[in-house]
Amino acid sequence: MKKKLLLAIGLLALNFSHAQEIDIQREGAFAQKPVPVALSGFTGEGAEVLKFDLYVQGFSFVPPELAQYLIAGSDAGAVSGTLTDKFAKRTLLSKVYNGASLRRQAHAFADEIVQTIRNTKPIGQTKIAYKSQGASGAGEIFVADFDGHGAQAVTTDGAIVAKPAWVPGQRAIFYTSYARGNPDIFYHSLSSGQRRVVAGYSGLNTSAAVSPDGSKIAMVLSKAGSPNIWVSSADGSNLKRITTGLEDSSPCWSPDGEWICFATKHNERRRLAKIPAGGGTVQYLSTVGAPNPTEPDWSPDGKWIAFTSQMGDFNICVMPADGSAPPTALVGGQNPSWAPNSRTLALNRAMGYRQVLSVLDVFTKQYKDCARATGSNSQPAWAK
Amino acid sequence: MKMNRLVVPLVLALAATLATTGCKKGVSKVTPLPGQRAIVGDNNGGGNTLPGGGIVPPDSNSGGSGINTKPGGGETAGLNEFDGMIKDPAALAAYTIHFAFDSSVVKKGEHSNLAAVASALAGNATDKLLIEGNCDERGTEEYNRALGERRALAAREALAKLGVSPDRIRTISYGKDKPADPGHDEAAWAKNRRDDFILLHPKPGM
Repeated sequence: MKKKLLLAIGLLALNFSHAQEIDIQREGAFAQKPVPVALSGFTGEGAEVLKFDLYVQGFSFVPPELAQYLIAGSDAGAVSGTLTDKFAKRTLLSKVYNGASLRRQAHAFADEIVQTIRNTKPIGQTKIAYKSQGASGAGEIFVADFDGHGAQAVTTDGAIVAKPAWVPGQRAIFYTSYARGNPDIFYHSLSSGQRRVVAGYSGLNTSAAVSPDGSKIAMVLSKAGSPNIWVSSADGSNLKRITTGLEDSSPCWSPDGEWICFATKHNERRRLAKIPAGGGTVQYLSTVGAPNPTEPDWSPDGKWIAFTSQMGDFNICVMPADGSAPPTALVGGQNPSWAPNSRTLALNRAMGYRQVLSVLDVFTKQYKDCARATGSNSQPAWAK
Repeated sequence: MKMNRLVVPLVLALAATLATTGCKKGVSKVTPLPGQRAIVGDNNGGGNTLPGGGIVPPDSNSGGSGINTKPGGGETAGLNEFDGMIKDPAALAAYTIHFAFDSSVVKKGEHSNLAAVASALAGNATDKLLIEGNCDERGTEEYNRALGERRALAAREALAKLGVSPDRIRTISYGKDKPADPGHDEAAWAKNRRDDFILLHPKPGM
């Protein structure tokens, strides 16, 4: 009994030392080494899903002798598999899945692997909403798995659409549509199909962003004579203008619901700024080295702000939300949207003259394009 | 060394936990049993994530376009006054004005075009005006949507100075979604940074 206990403690010590190592790395720069894993036994769609999900969360695939973790199993008919810590010689997971689709089973296994090794929030079974546009400029809002599979059109208007945003924890989105001949903000329930206009004022109504508790939206309206940030209740009532700058755009919320971060202009320079969600004094954020910042998105853990910088081309940048370090340019792209795990971003990047959706692991800069889709696809919004 | 300092207290804490809960139970918490079954969602793809199921198309019962504008619909009187007016894009097509890169300042050189637009509106008191603001492709999407609106509003302000009532003018921004020239060079971009003026005639019977 005593011997067994000591052995268990020894194994746990090894296991925890790995976990600790990852925590320390996460605080460092955006150049972390991916966690090496060896994948065996998966041959079909399950292998494809596991590789995608793990790669965009900072894992790399190596031969077993170089791996820190071994993932073995099968995707013949259903997904089953084990996760082994090679150094500790311990099986951390042993799972058999049934029900749903094979893809879904593989996503679920990837979720458990990532949660076991990193303890971050799972993303394998999450959704994105995005804008898909044809050559005419008209398009539709789509919803798909985060890897682009299983895409379904939410709208069927054949109108210009823009900037979908999820209601946290609900099957509902806001988006901009020109379906009525004006850019209006719609609320659309995905379970009932019902939708309604929540902002249809004269001029511009766009860029809806939902507060973390789902009770409010921030948006850009020009009804007062210039495009500014306004906040209202989720049904469009209790409307209040909170900025008066001349060139405001792209509001997003801090995860505590206290702040709205947006793009603006100050002293002839494009800046990111934040303002209390109820209105107040604008605070300008430093984005030294990342000119012309727009499209901020605040990570769910509150630590990071991702945004697009225009320096000739568009680049995805990330900086600490507290301003403790300058931004880092990660990859070419636009419209970053954080995953629930606060480490993966959905974005769109140019491929020729159209846009494709991609998923980026911020801390290793590893990214993969989502499943191919026709048209130009942009403005992904990650469901949280 | 630093790592050891962090790990040792953890191990001691765990040892204490294991000693009180019994070693077998403690270990099994960390290592799930082989062959444990986990069911992921139902066959409809539902489950605990969002949204698993199918998407219902817009409800055709809630109005002709499937759009319910009643609850929370912030339709202003301003927009209603333009409802059903007939668009005449040809009438003022010659007076499109153009902008410098990333600017919504109406250039001095565009004054004659604006004067022509003002004169057309002065000539018929029942006509109104739609100003469509547009951008080139160099700018992020929502930034450009706001920039296009600023361009349209700048022309509206300039027309007001020429005596046109702003109440007769509606603005719309297409951002970079409606280029006049689909090219990707400076010649195309220069054409795309523009305000188009669309004359609006009253609908028949008004």
